Order: sequence, then structure tokens, then C-alpha cells
Amino acid sequence: MSAPTNRRIEFIAVALVALFLIVVFPLLNAHGLVSNFTINLWGKYLCFAMLAISVDLLWGYTGLLSLGQSLFFALGGYMLGMHLMLMIAELGVYAQAGKNPNLLPDFMVFLGYTYLPAFWRPFYSFGFAACMVVAVPGLLALVFGFLAFRSRIKGVYFSILTQALTYGAALMFFRNNLLMGGNNGFTDYKRLLGADLREPATLRGLYIATAVTLLLVYVGCRMLSHTKFGLVQRAIRDGENRVLFSGYASSHFKLFIFVLSAAIASIGGALYVPQVGGVNPSVMTPDKSLEAVVWVAVGGRGTLVGPIIGAISINLLKSWATKEFPDFWLLILGTLFILVVLFLPGGLVSLPARAKALWKKYATKKPAVVTEAPVPVQKS
Amino acid sequence: MKYFQRAIILFALVLGQSLPAADSPRAVITRAILTEDATEQRALILTLIGQGDEAIEPLLTAWRSDSLFINKSEGTAIPVLLTPDKDAAGARAAFRVDNGQPLLDAAGKPLRLDPGTLTAVEHTSGLRRAMKNVLDLIDLASPDLTKRIQAIQIVGQTQDATKLVALQIRLPLETHPRALRSLREAVALIQLKDTRQEVRLAALAELKALSTLSSADFLKRMQDEAEAAKDAPVAEAARVALLAVESHRGVVDFLGTIFRGLSLGSILLVLALGLAITFGLMGVINMAHGEMIAVGAYTTYLVQNIFGEGIVIPFFGLSLSLPGMHLTGWAYQCYFIAAVPLSFIMAALVGIALERGIIQFLYRRPLESLLATWGVSVVLQQVLKLMFGSNNVQVSSPVYLSGNWTVNDIIFGWNRVFVIGFALMIVFGVWLVLTRTSLGLLIRAVMQNRGMASCMGVRTNRVNMLTFGLGSGLAGLAGAFLSQIGNVGPSMGQAYIVDCFMTVVVGGVGSLPGTVISAFGIGITDQSLQQILLNPVLGKILVLVAIILFLQWRPAGLFVTRSRSLED
Repeated sequence: MSAPTNRRIEFIAVALVALFLIVVFPLLNAHGLVSNFTINLWGKYLCFAMLAISVDLLWGYTGLLSLGQSLFFALGGYMLGMHLMLMIAELGVYAQAGKNPNLLPDFMVFLGYTYLPAFWRPFYSFGFAACMVVAVPGLLALVFGFLAFRSRIKGVYFSILTQALTYGAALMFFRNNLLMGGNNGFTDYKRLLGADLREPATLRGLYIATAVTLLLVYVGCRMLSHTKFGLVQRAIRDGENRVLFSGYASSHFKLFIFVLSAAIASIGGALYVPQVGGVNPSVMTPDKSLEAVVWVAVGGRGTLVGPIIGAISINLLKSWATKEFPDFWLLILGTLFILVVLFLPGGLVSLPARAKALWKKYATKKPAVVTEAPVPVQKS
Repeated sequence: MKYFQRAIILFALVLGQSLPAADSPRAVITRAILTEDATEQRALILTLIGQGDEAIEPLLTAWRSDSLFINKSEGTAIPVLLTPDKDAAGARAAFRVDNGQPLLDAAGKPLRLDPGTLTAVEHTSGLRRAMKNVLDLIDLASPDLTKRIQAIQIVGQTQDATKLVALQIRLPLETHPRALRSLREAVALIQLKDTRQEVRLAALAELKALSTLSSADFLKRMQDEAEAAKDAPVAEAARVALLAVESHRGVVDFLGTIFRGLSLGSILLVLALGLAITFGLMGVINMAHGEMIAVGAYTTYLVQNIFGEGIVIPFFGLSLSLPGMHLTGWAYQCYFIAAVPLSFIMAALVGIALERGIIQFLYRRPLESLLATWGVSVVLQQVLKLMFGSNNVQVSSPVYLSGNWTVNDIIFGWNRVFVIGFALMIVFGVWLVLTRTSLGLLIRAVMQNRGMASCMGVRTNRVNMLTFGLGSGLAGLAGAFLSQIGNVGPSMGQAYIVDCFMTVVVGGVGSLPGTVISAFGIGITDQSLQQILLNPVLGKILVLVAIILFLQWRPAGLFVTRSRSLED
């Protein structure tokens, strides 16, 4: 198989899957063949897939294991959440009871505020909130990444520091006086851009938006990984010092990819929040980041399909296991993870190649089966 | 009424000093019983004020409740106390008032007397009042120091002017410095209520000299009152005294914070030491290190239950029953001494199993071993949850760890003192192991150059296993300590693990002195920020920010292990 054919097959496969997820699946839902619950669930999975891609861009392609992706994911959710909270307006519990003349979010009334704090005001505009979804996590990643890469923090140190950053941020969001909803976060959204969030049609629309965004992210990352930039990125993963000595400012590359993946994670978070109907600080704990790393590891890192497959399959497993064996879900997750790390470092996507290799071994061992054509050399 | 009582006491004071002072309280009471004159009786009783003899209270109570009688036989009158236990003939056991011994007949046998045949000791209302005064203030002279100080403090806090005289009687008699301090404070507090300005000023000066924390509220009130009454000198004196108290409070808080920081630092130290050893040797960050803490803490919990009532653990459908030894008293209290080495061994075994089962396959892939150990951490947490429930379990502190010393208002909890002392011992022990034993030599050799050590015939696999066991065991030890200070629950390790990583990173990997300094540094900074900001979360976040900034300055931590390798 030559490279162009390979590419054509890939293009056709992606197009088919995208067609199914973006067009066929919602159509089935519109005609009642797929339940609203299922399509909502899949909307969530696709958001997780975006989070997984952001982890993989860093870990699989650049060799940076960031445990801060859940922070960016949650931050994106919080930014859109602020807009959604303001859109509740007269439908809130306090407003309905006539105790909220300024139409503040309920938790602020509960905390005794009568006026909206200044930093909340611009979030009345959807456009501003949408910009902030990318800008705030991006800026945080820029500052943190600049400091971290400047002092050449890498390997496990980078993981530990991002974990600490996430931990600290989660602690901060748990506090009430940050005015971001404290423990309970934001919940009880009513509408987005004038559409009722409880309507199946709105949820279907959100699902389609998520699927399209995922497709764009996938295509974008696919193109990026085939440019010279993508090559440098992988070179950094495999031998950063050589890249450095070849005259590339590796920290600039790392910084760019860190900010990019923060933006991808936070867009995923922003799409996630209206679909599940809330965001709270437990979404941004380091454990959630590690869970996303599990998806990538199980799916197959260093590929773009792997994280998507991993995120969807692990979450399907989770939905099933938490219902059937609530006590054992974490045991299953932990064990699965250990096994994958030990025995399947390439993840699920490497299974076909492995099976092929096994088959080859089996075939060559048997002298009776003589292969006529020489076995094509596997491209690694 | 108040003035009447004061007059009585003052009168008694004058009279009491004229009487021979060497008499024991029993002798005084005996004499009072036998005296016919009511005034002298009262005066005698009032001399008992300020005395803490244990005999006083039962005798005076008995007198007031008509249980004292005079037994007249063979011409002598002996006052006796009859116990309430009546026999068939209505006779009751009799004890002599003058020495507390049973009353004996001529043959030397204890006598039983019928109260009907005896004369009850009379008491007038004035006498009863005098007795009440004595009884009210008896705790002020209690031989039990804690009780005495408490009684003195209560009198001071209530600012009861009627009790001032009693306190003043005690002043020259009190010998214990702490009780004396409380006495002086109480006297001064009561004098704040005095109508005369010079007395109040003197009291304020006294409070300023004492600077007790408990007087702050009174001083504040005094200042407000004096300002309201336009009493400038008093207000000024109160302000000065309050300043003195506040500066004293500042010193106490500061030292207390340092102390708490040291104890937190000690915990971090023991934890981070284990992590530093495993990380330094293998380049592996063990995400399950936090669960090793939990293993140690739960081992302590198990040992406690085995020393006590026993415990039944549900485990995957089986129920594991551990019989208890039903010990009580000191034998039970010793459980912690047994638990400390056991928690080390338990965590070390789990660590060795982890190293043999998983980590040994991942030495070439440090990031993946981080992930695999995270998987282990999730599994271990869930296993602990299934075995012991998701709620915190109760680990009681043995008596020798639950008290505290109060030095100059700073509270030193024994558990924290113990933790600091033990942490230092452990650091010393680890240092000895690393520098003075052959295992330590091998560990350092493998740390410096694994390949070379292997070529020289060091069995690196075995060294890895033992080192990992040592590191995990240290986490288990930390868990045993934590069970004395914090909560024991399945996720307890998570609260410390981030701090613990930070400690290692700041200290510099594989550097013992670096770990010690960074552990104490982070511990003290954390506690001070909590104290200053009055907000634990913000303090924690600031510490994290500080660490990130610190790493800008020293990316490889405080103490860098120098190496010629490019990748290190």
C-alpha cells in the first residue's frame, strides 16, 4: 500500500465516521430511534474525547505529561457557565420568589450580595463568554508554561507541578468568596442563546455542535502533526537535547502546544457544561486529569484516533460499571490502567498491528504453511 | 449582705491572726465545736479560709447537715462524725473529728453510737454563713494544682468582689508560680471593679506586668468604660495594658505557629524522605505513596483493635475476623508502641509487592510508572474503602500522647512534640542506614550509576526492592503519626501527597539535607500563612505559587546532585 492510498482510506474512514456521528445519529434521534438520554450521553463522550486529544497532543506527541488538563477543561466550563448563570435571570428560585430584584445568580443572593460584581458583568454577552472560554485558560497556560519551560522543567517534574497547579486551583474554586459558586459550582441552567436547555432539540443541537467541533479539532491536529511543526514536536518528545542543539528553541514549541491544548480542553469543557447541566470544582481535581490520561493510554497515545476511541470506550465502560457494580468501578479502572501500561503500551489502536504480528509469528513457526509472497515489512 | 460578709471575713482575719496559727484544720474544728461562745466559734471557722485541707469540706458539710455529735463519756467530750449507715438498733459508725479515726471503746474496738443518745452540735445562722464562706473558697487552696488554678481563674473571671479577701489571704501562702500568677491576675481583675481610681490604676499596672491572655477582654471593656466616663488616666493605663497583652499574644501565636509548622514539617519530612529515596533511586514518582500512608494508619487502627475488642473486616464477601486481646489500662495504651514498627513493616511489604509486581517492569519508562502507580493508588483506595468503609475510623490517642505542656501560654501538644522528636530520630536513622551500612552503600551506588553498579556485581534488582520497601515503610510510619494528629480515612493520603511531591522537588531529588530543609520550610511557611491570612486554603495556594516561583530560581531544587550526564 502506498502512502496516498493509505491517506485516502483514512480520509474515507474519517468522513464515514463523521457523517454517522454528525448527521445519521442526530437524525435517528429526531425520529425517536435513539433516545434523548443516549444522544446527551454521547455528547458528553465527545467532549471527553476533546479533552483526551488535548492530553495526547502534550503527552503522546510532545512527551509532556500534563496533569492540568482537567483544570483547563473546567475553566472553559466555568467561563460559559457564568454566561449561562446570568441567562437564568428571572427564572431563578429567588427571582421567582420576588427576592432578587437585580436578577443575580441564586448562589450570590444566598451569599448576601445585592449587586453583580464587576467581573461578572461582561458575561451577559455570549460573545464575550465565548472569547473568555479560550482566553482565560489560554492565558493561564501561557503564564504557567512560560515559567515552567523557561526553567526547563520536564518529565515527572512537569507532571507534579501541573498537578499542584490543578490542586491549588480546585482548592480555590471550592471557596465561596471567589464568587464562582463554591462547592456546588454552577447548576440549574435554563437557556442558551434563547433556546431552552431542557428541550430535546436544543440538546441535539449541542450534540451536533460538539461533534462538529471534535471533527474540526481532529482535522486541525491531524494537519498540524503532518507539518514541520509536528515533526519538531515529536522530535522534542524523542530527544529534546538534540532538538535544542539543532538550533530549535524547544521551549517556544512546547509553550505553543501547551496553550493550544489548553484551548482545546477548555472548548471541550465549554461544550460539556450545558449538556450535563452544571460544573463544580470536583471536575478540576488532578484525579480527573489522570482519568483523561487513562483514556489516552487505553486508546493509544501518539495517535489522534486513539484518544477518541479511549475516551468513548472507557466512558461507556464507566456508565455500565457504575450502574452494575458501583463498588468495583474504581477497582476495574485502576486494574485496567495498570494492565494497559504494563502489557499494551500502544493502547487499543495498536491491537490490530499486534494481532498481525502475532499471526505472522504463528504463521512462520508452522513450516507447513508456506507463504508465497515475502511478508511485507511493517512500517513502524 | 455583701458588706456584712466582707465585714465578717475582715473581722475573722484580724481575729485569726491573733490566734495560734499552727493548729491543723481538724484541731480548729474540734475546738470550734467545743466552744460555747458563738462569736468565737465563727471566728475559728473563718480562720479556715485559704486552707485547702481535704478534711475541711466533709466536716463542715456534716456539721451543717446535723451529722456531728459530741460523745461525752468518762468526763471527756469527744466530737464525732456519724456515718449515715444505720444498723437494726439505730446505731451508726462513729469517727473522731480531731483525727478522723474510728471512735474506740476501752477494749479498742470501734464503737457504734445511736444519735438519739448524743448531743448534736448546734449551728447558728451566722455560723452557717461562715461555713459557707469557707466552703465556697475551699477550692482556692485545693492541694490539686489544676483544680486550684481553675477555681482561682473562675473567681477572677466573675470579678466577685466578695471573694477578694480570700484571694488576698492566699497570696502570701501560694507557692506554685503558675497558681500565684493566676492569683495575682484574679486579684487585679476584681480590683478593676473598685470604685477608687488609684486601686484601678494599680490593678491595670499589675495586669500589664502579667500580660495574661485571659485578661484581654476585661481590659478592652475597662478601656471602653473609662473612655465613656472620660477617665483619661485609667483609659490610658488600660490601653497600655491591653497593648502589653496583645504583644504577648503576638509572641505566643508566633511561637505556636512555629511549633505547629515544625510538627507539620516533621510529617512532611518522614513522608518526603521515603519519596526522595524511591525517586532518587529509581526516577519513579510513586503516586501510591499516599496510600502507603493510609496503609500505615490503618495498621495502627488494626493494632489498636487487636489490643482491644477485636475487629471483623468484610473483604470481598469474606469476613476476616481478628480476635481482640481485651487489654485495658497501660497494656492497652502500649498499642501504639507496637503499632509503629508494624505499620512500617506492613507498608514496606505492600511497597515491595508493588515494586516486584509492577514497577520493576517500568524502570525505563518513568512517566508510565507514574501512571501505573496511580492505577495502584486508585485500587488501594477502593480496597481500603471496601474493607473499612468510606468514613473515617476512630484511632484513640494513648494517654502519654494526649496531654500537653503549657509554657508561658504556648501549648505544646505531646503528640506534636512526639512527632517532631520521632521524625528527627528517623532522619538520623535513615542517615545511618544510608552512610553506615552495606545496604546504604549499595543504595547509593545504584543511585549514582545503575549500570556501573550492576557491572560491579551489585544485585540491583534486590537493592531496588529493598529501597522501595524502605521508602514505603517510611510512608507507613508517617501514617502511624498522622493517626494521632489527623483523620484516618481511605483517601487520607491524597491530602498530603501534593505537599509531599513539592517537598521532594524543592529539596532536590535524592538529597537528604535538601529534603529536611524543604520539609521544615514548607511546613512552617504553610502554618504561618494560615495564621496570617486566617485562611488555610489561600495559604496553601500561596505556598504552591511560591514553590513554582522558587523553581524559576533553582530549577533542580535546593541541593543539586551534580552529574555529567546531559539528561539528568
